[in-house]
Amino acid sequence: MTLRQVKLTVNGARVSMDVEPRQSLADALRTHLGLTGTHLGCEHGVCGACTIIVDGEPARGCLMLGVQAEGAEVLTVEGVSPPDGLSPIQEALHEHHGLQCGFCTPGMVMALHHLFTTTPSPSEAEIKEAISGQLCRCTGYQGIVSAAKAVAQKRRSQPDHSTVTEEEISCRSA
Amino acid sequence: MRPAAFEYYAPRTLEAALDMLASEGPDARVIAGGQSLVPMLALRLARPTALIDLNRIPELAGIRQVGSAIHIGAMTRQAHALASPLVLAQMPLLHYGLENVGHPPTRARGTIGGSLSHADPAAEISAVMLAYRAHMVLRSKRGERVVPAEEFTLGTFETAIEEGEILTEIRVQARPGEGTSLVELSRRRGDFAMASAAARMALAEDGTCASAHLVIGAVAPLPLRFDAVAAALEGRIVTEDLVREAVGLIDLDLFEFDNADISLAYRRKIGPVLAERALLQARDRAKGLPE
Repeated sequence: MTLRQVKLTVNGARVSMDVEPRQSLADALRTHLGLTGTHLGCEHGVCGACTIIVDGEPARGCLMLGVQAEGAEVLTVEGVSPPDGLSPIQEALHEHHGLQCGFCTPGMVMALHHLFTTTPSPSEAEIKEAISGQLCRCTGYQGIVSAAKAVAQKRRSQPDHSTVTEEEISCRSA
Repeated sequence: MRPAAFEYYAPRTLEAALDMLASEGPDARVIAGGQSLVPMLALRLARPTALIDLNRIPELAGIRQVGSAIHIGAMTRQAHALASPLVLAQMPLLHYGLENVGHPPTRARGTIGGSLSHADPAAEISAVMLAYRAHMVLRSKRGERVVPAEEFTLGTFETAIEEGEILTEIRVQARPGEGTSLVELSRRRGDFAMASAAARMALAEDGTCASAHLVIGAVAPLPLRFDAVAAALEGRIVTEDLVREAVGLIDLDLFEFDNADISLAYRRKIGPVLAERALLQARDRAKGLPE
């Protein structure tokens, strides 16, 4: 089987990996780069657990091939988590019982991360739309929506939205 | 879960992609956004020998107005078209259709042309393009041909695309003054529709219906256009009673799908209801009524 060398940026670091064309990007991130925060659930695009950010847009990591990521900028849950403790989104999920088994959580965190990057103060409807492609079988979603609303609320009370973003950017390059 | 092995090519131009498609033969597939093809690979429902990736061909993406027509590059992302002010102003039915297509991550990768080429019977984009009587531009080493929407989708996962051909562009006549609506029923938002109704309506100055179009999707191998319903509305003031009467002209014998979870009888029940809602919403939007 021929392996293809793919060069990309993952969480701010330039990396290269040798992949088979049939290997999904999520699988490649886990296997070749040890970034096991990205979870693979259904592996055919239904559950959303493997959601990552590719070139600024959310993507199902199982529906992209590793070879397609040549030159891409990829952000995974490791890239939005501080070295110690939790990011504001993760903290809110913890506070509001937004997870139980935790399998869907990395995908939820990435979907919410993208939401807050593009929509600093989202409405409940926008929150629900943002996580509509993410399955959670534990929480009934209410805790996740509450967590996202709490993050939005916190941002409204701190009009300088860059506070959170800067923190997340520093996580990314860490 | 892992697809069967295949070769992978990422051409930078359409010409190069057409060359590869011609040389790789009938078992090669082109891959667009991959939101349907990659699951089929993973489940081994598709086992191509080679994938020719269209994602690095800039000439295939983008939406532009050319005279009174809108040209949509086949590789235009669904999210891009959904956010496009040009689409909302000139062909709003595509905007409302896309609101029902998948979820943010699938729309960010999924493309307009990919959905049309995949030809899932429940695909909103196919129904929208039929309702607009769009034209599909197909390119191959042999040249270019243009196929009208009603001759493009041929059945479940079947299109007029021939060996060596790639769908490159979709052309639609701009319809800025119309009201449009796409209404569907699915178990959860973004799921495949059990039935969908796409409607367009233009009103004359005296308030009567100048033209109407109705397409129902997800009930048969291809979306169905009901011109008799449209004809019953044209030239008349579109009241709720008139619309209810007109959707009675939907030929329910054309509905085919009958599954364990969604019966044919149920589809025949909801089809006219969704059509009625779509036509009335299209009317209200044509009048400029607040949502």
